[in-house]
Amino acid sequence: MNRNKLLYSGAIILAVTLIAALLVALVLFSIGASPLATYKTILTGPLSDLFGVTEVLVRSVPLMLVALGIAISFRSGILNIGAEGQIQMGVIASTAMALAMPHAPKAILLPATLLAGALAGALWGGVAGWLKAKLQVNEILSTVMLNYIAAQVYTFLLRGPMLDPNELETGSGTPQSMRLPELAFLDTIIPGTRIHMGFIVALVAALLVWMLLWKTTLGYRMRTAGAGAKAARYAGVPVERYLIVAMLMAGGFAGLAGAVEVSGVHHRAIEGISSGYGFAGIVVALFGMLHPGGIIPSSIFFGILLIGADMTQRSASVPANMVLVLQGVIILSIVSAQSFLRNPYAQERFFRWFARFSPSAPKAGKGAQS
Amino acid sequence: MSAGLMLYNVLCLAVPFSVALLLAALGENFNQRAGVFNLGCDGIMCMGAFLGFMVPFAMKATPWAAYGNFLGLGAAMAVGAAMGIVFALVTVTFRASQGIAGIGLQMLGWGLAGTLFRHFVGGVTGVEGMAAIAIPGLSKIPFLGGVLFNHNALTYTALLLVPACWFLLYKTPWGLKVRAVGTHPRAADTMGIRVDLIRYQALMLGGAMAGLAGAYLSLCQAKMFSDDLVAGRGFIAVALVYFGRWSPLGILGGALLFSIAQSFQLSMQVWGIKFPYEFAVMLPYVLVIVVLALARKARQLGPTDLGKPYNREMRF
Repeated sequence: MNRNKLLYSGAIILAVTLIAALLVALVLFSIGASPLATYKTILTGPLSDLFGVTEVLVRSVPLMLVALGIAISFRSGILNIGAEGQIQMGVIASTAMALAMPHAPKAILLPATLLAGALAGALWGGVAGWLKAKLQVNEILSTVMLNYIAAQVYTFLLRGPMLDPNELETGSGTPQSMRLPELAFLDTIIPGTRIHMGFIVALVAALLVWMLLWKTTLGYRMRTAGAGAKAARYAGVPVERYLIVAMLMAGGFAGLAGAVEVSGVHHRAIEGISSGYGFAGIVVALFGMLHPGGIIPSSIFFGILLIGADMTQRSASVPANMVLVLQGVIILSIVSAQSFLRNPYAQERFFRWFARFSPSAPKAGKGAQS
Repeated sequence: MSAGLMLYNVLCLAVPFSVALLLAALGENFNQRAGVFNLGCDGIMCMGAFLGFMVPFAMKATPWAAYGNFLGLGAAMAVGAAMGIVFALVTVTFRASQGIAGIGLQMLGWGLAGTLFRHFVGGVTGVEGMAAIAIPGLSKIPFLGGVLFNHNALTYTALLLVPACWFLLYKTPWGLKVRAVGTHPRAADTMGIRVDLIRYQALMLGGAMAGLAGAYLSLCQAKMFSDDLVAGRGFIAVALVYFGRWSPLGILGGALLFSIAQSFQLSMQVWGIKFPYEFAVMLPYVLVIVVLALARKARQLGPTDLGKPYNREMRF
């Protein structure tokens, strides 16, 4: 990457960030909150003490896992919007698995719990992959619909078959499952905080995804299928099969995220356990440039945003839905920025425009061929 | 209860239920015919639903309260058109990936509607909404009168929009341009049609109709607003366009099929047939997947350049 290209990328990213921040500030202003104070609370509030930092990491675990799965699917050319449903399926299956064998030793119970979650998520995602590969059903629509279906299945199970018998006795009727046996818990890393071994699991998963996508034949073929289905088919890659594989993996990671949330944080299936991780994961994956090396920092950054947004809800009375606005603006900004970064003509035009203002600027056209 | 009365009850509910889907899908049809796949439809409906509710709600105590509903509908259409322009800017001018951008717009609309609602209204409040207008004479026809001619003004408008959209799409120069731009933009460009401009116009029109659809939900159907009022109807509308094979009449059929399924499910609960509520709610979403799987052959009838950004500078 030469100097011109770097300058151009920097300018685009800076401009897009500013525009996005201004748009969100406009919304904040219209609901009577001070944009600067809100931004300050969101970005610095969560990091003010050790507990805050560990909470950020706790949030980053499901985000990282979900985003890794989404990166696999996006790289393979299938847009998985269904992580939210896949997480819920993972929560259900892992809870059921842990409750089914409460007396098993930890060495069996914990892996079985996590695996059950991943499998359930994979199956739920695989449905969309199969529909896309065999019946050409648009994967965005099918995964969105599967989200709504999963949400209903989840509510049905939590209020019916999986409801904690205690809730019926005490009559409080909170829709939640029984508490998991302690042997199915992911251990806490730092006593007194909630940061758990799931963080290590997520980091290992990031390494595995990187190895899969860039160091194996399977990953190479998947990326080929995603980069150009026609060319891949011509080269003998069975694109349809890899679409299904990609969705199985994407769903698997989302399901694992659900299992890790149950086993590491909540220790039972509760309502609203996913709280939008499935959608935030899309933003995390895009923000991390669909690369594990980018997804790790970006998931931590969004962990800060999510906790910070919770804080502003309490201190500055900014509704929690504001996170969705932020995410929407970030997605639109990222996809817009990407199209500028990939367009050599736009770069050339930028330098021509740039040259008009400063005679010392690099000559127009030099960066176009990079 | 006789079978005829049951059918009557189901159909009486089905027609008003279909309106939101119909309006949004007719609008989305213009987007897709022009080659742009707008998944942000759901987010636009959320904002439309919010403004359609908010304007009459805010005007309740003013002397102009009588115009509240119409101003609400107008505001919903305006915000829909504005969001259509935003989407056009991102996908037509910047040529970003339409699928992801649509999800971004959906989150933005959904989040923004919820945020503004919590700030300006807070709790659950109803509005008077739009009253039904029985068409004199026609509404007295047995059976058909109740099913077709005893609804609010927006329902009639939506039904009349089906032939109007057909006319606009197939019998006017603008409609021809829209179809050309979605089928072969390079040929259209060569003929002097401004591809980007037509796509902007189609997205504005589609956005305005999605906004109107949202306003129908809050102002006429629920007579209130909540975060999950739209509940994925925007996505169902997008699916209906596939199902309706990109023709207004087909879309009407699809919208009616969905609303009949929905009102049948509601009626079953009224009749005391017991099954878990959650499965009933799930039904339309399952139906979408089934419908999309069955409609796969229809894809060949769709606009060939659907989802592809057009760049006249690229040589292939």
